Amino acid sequence: MEEIAYSVHPAIVTLVGALLGAGYFAFLRWQTQAGGLNISLGVGALAGVIGATLLTAPLGYCMFQADQKSEDIIIGWIAVLLGLMLTLNLFSMLLWRYFRGQRLLPRGDTTPGAFRGRFGLLYAMTVLSPTILVLVFFVYLPMVDTLRFSTFLARFGAPRTRFICVSNFSRMLADLDYHSNLFLSFALSFGIIIIAMSLALLIASMLNQPIVGANIYRTLLIWPYAISPLVAGVIFSLLLGTESGIVNRVLDLTLGVKVPWLVTVPAAQISVVLASVWNVIGFNILFYTAGLQTIPKDLLESASIDGAGAWQRFARITFPLLSPFTFFLIVTNTIYAFFDTFSLIFVLTRGGPTESTFTAMYRVYVTGILSSDIGKSTAQSLILFLIVVGITIFQFRVGQRRVQYGNY
Amino acid sequence: MTESASSRFVFDPSANRSRPLWRRLIPQRWYAHLILTISVIVITFPMFYALLISTQSNPEVYNHKFTPGSRFFENLHTVMVQRNMGRFMLNSFVIALSIAVGKTVMSVLAGLGLVYFRYPGKWIVFGFVLVTLIMPGDVLLIALYRRVVSFDAWPHPYVALTLPLLASATGVFIFRQHFMTMPPDLSEAAQLDGASPLQFLFRVLIPLSWNTIGALMVIMFLFGWNQFLWPLILLRDQDLQVVQWGMQSLTQSLEVGDNFGPMMMGVIITSLPPMIVFLILQRQFMKGFALTRDK
Repeated sequence: MEEIAYSVHPAIVTLVGALLGAGYFAFLRWQTQAGGLNISLGVGALAGVIGATLLTAPLGYCMFQADQKSEDIIIGWIAVLLGLMLTLNLFSMLLWRYFRGQRLLPRGDTTPGAFRGRFGLLYAMTVLSPTILVLVFFVYLPMVDTLRFSTFLARFGAPRTRFICVSNFSRMLADLDYHSNLFLSFALSFGIIIIAMSLALLIASMLNQPIVGANIYRTLLIWPYAISPLVAGVIFSLLLGTESGIVNRVLDLTLGVKVPWLVTVPAAQISVVLASVWNVIGFNILFYTAGLQTIPKDLLESASIDGAGAWQRFARITFPLLSPFTFFLIVTNTIYAFFDTFSLIFVLTRGGPTESTFTAMYRVYVTGILSSDIGKSTAQSLILFLIVVGITIFQFRVGQRRVQYGNY
Repeated sequence: MTESASSRFVFDPSANRSRPLWRRLIPQRWYAHLILTISVIVITFPMFYALLISTQSNPEVYNHKFTPGSRFFENLHTVMVQRNMGRFMLNSFVIALSIAVGKTVMSVLAGLGLVYFRYPGKWIVFGFVLVTLIMPGDVLLIALYRRVVSFDAWPHPYVALTLPLLASATGVFIFRQHFMTMPPDLSEAAQLDGASPLQFLFRVLIPLSWNTIGALMVIMFLFGWNQFLWPLILLRDQDLQVVQWGMQSLTQSLEVGDNFGPMMMGVIITSLPPMIVFLILQRQFMKGFALTRDK
């Protein structure tokens, strides 16, 4: 049998995983001073070994073979790191439960008011089966497919596929176009979050005041939520047209300038941000209005009696208590910016001028559907998936630590 | 109205002092009215402008006339008949309604299964559903497309279009939370009366959940109505296409010298159904989100 030559041997990868895992758990043990050191080190090493092999072994450690490029090795180590992040968190959670004398897995089967009878599981599975079946066939299986295809050279219509290890990913590392697509997606979400959320908070605070006609204002302001992103794009293509657009008409009459909004480079990107902000602001107002009503009025009243001004009450009480809503909106607005803006851009700028408004999702569409390159586009989809997971964890982590859930 | 009486609490310490006449003539919190009025104007302007343009011809658009034009019925005819938007709207309505009803029914049933039964490993089932929240459909688009087209026995293209969208982690989560806030006495009493779980669902749970159902239906209808990318790549037959697709095909006609009027007429009629649904179910929607002033 021929010996495969590795530039980094799998045993070394596994050993690095074990060392990192043991080191991390030793650090946790030192930080919390809970439980035994030996068991911490042992579980840590085990978690490290599993984490290091989780994403690399199914591919046969191919990215560490001697004939691979240095980019592939980098991707390999990133895969090790991702696996470690998953298993180390999971195992530390389990170990922590063990040290505190809790059951390793939650029971979760003690619902008050549950129906008695011997066929509980059967009955429950029957009513749950439509949801579970659809999720298995149309969410979980495509997820597995996405993982699988991302390591393949595969095209729509071509009968044959070829395993190409992590080349789809390592080529992305060098693909400057893809970098700028990703950058645009992040910049777009940043712009939407900053503008649409702060304006929505201002408007929602005004709506929350005891004023005449608040309900009418609210209906009129929340309503763009019902407009689809595509229609928002069409409306803004009318407003921002160079000759036909009303915006340029006003600019021409007042300042004597006409901005070629949709056909020059920074202006086209600004146009996309403007249209997205208009489209998403109703949703943000909706949730900030709901959030402001959860803030206890007596708290604000007593602060007011203690001499806190309007700004102080906002900065010290209202804004911190709103943070769960703020984090929720950051996540939903980022997802809007990454995915839902596709159809808006599709009609507003068509990704142009010179691909300057291609978001990462637009690139998935162009690569996967127009160029029918399944391997490359599923790899790009996986990057988007990792970003979604990242911001969800960010919301969860930061939310747990800093958010005021307010037990009033 | 009772609203002003219940919300008499004011933060402004000067409110109770006697104020000069000219101050009393200006409405209280005039700054709030000012900011809200400006916001309403800015936010609603694009839609009203689209409505105005939908009645105009191209020369009127380029001259920036602010009066309704003469081409309302011609534009409506162009869009609905020549560009087949009536058909696309019907298609989208069928799809959006199927998605909204299907998602709601499946979520209610799943919520029942996750709250009102006792069995080991329930948290695994809930986790299995909840984890799909981090797998947006757009991420799975390419793989899902490949899987759906590789199966060629779909009874109708719309089954292939809607079935993958029917499961909703959000819906399951919302109904589970909603059912868990219900007092356990309800189901105890129902069991004493010998009701089966499904009878309990239809006689007790659903009548108590109309606000949640209404709120979810609005969200899911909008989700279905706004579908664009998935039908764009999946549907081969143009007559089966959805309203968003029809809308973007109207923008393409612009490039061959057609005019803005039909395009904006498309905007108006594409936006009307979701707005009507939103207005009809607004009360449920706001209550479902606990948005009413006096809870």
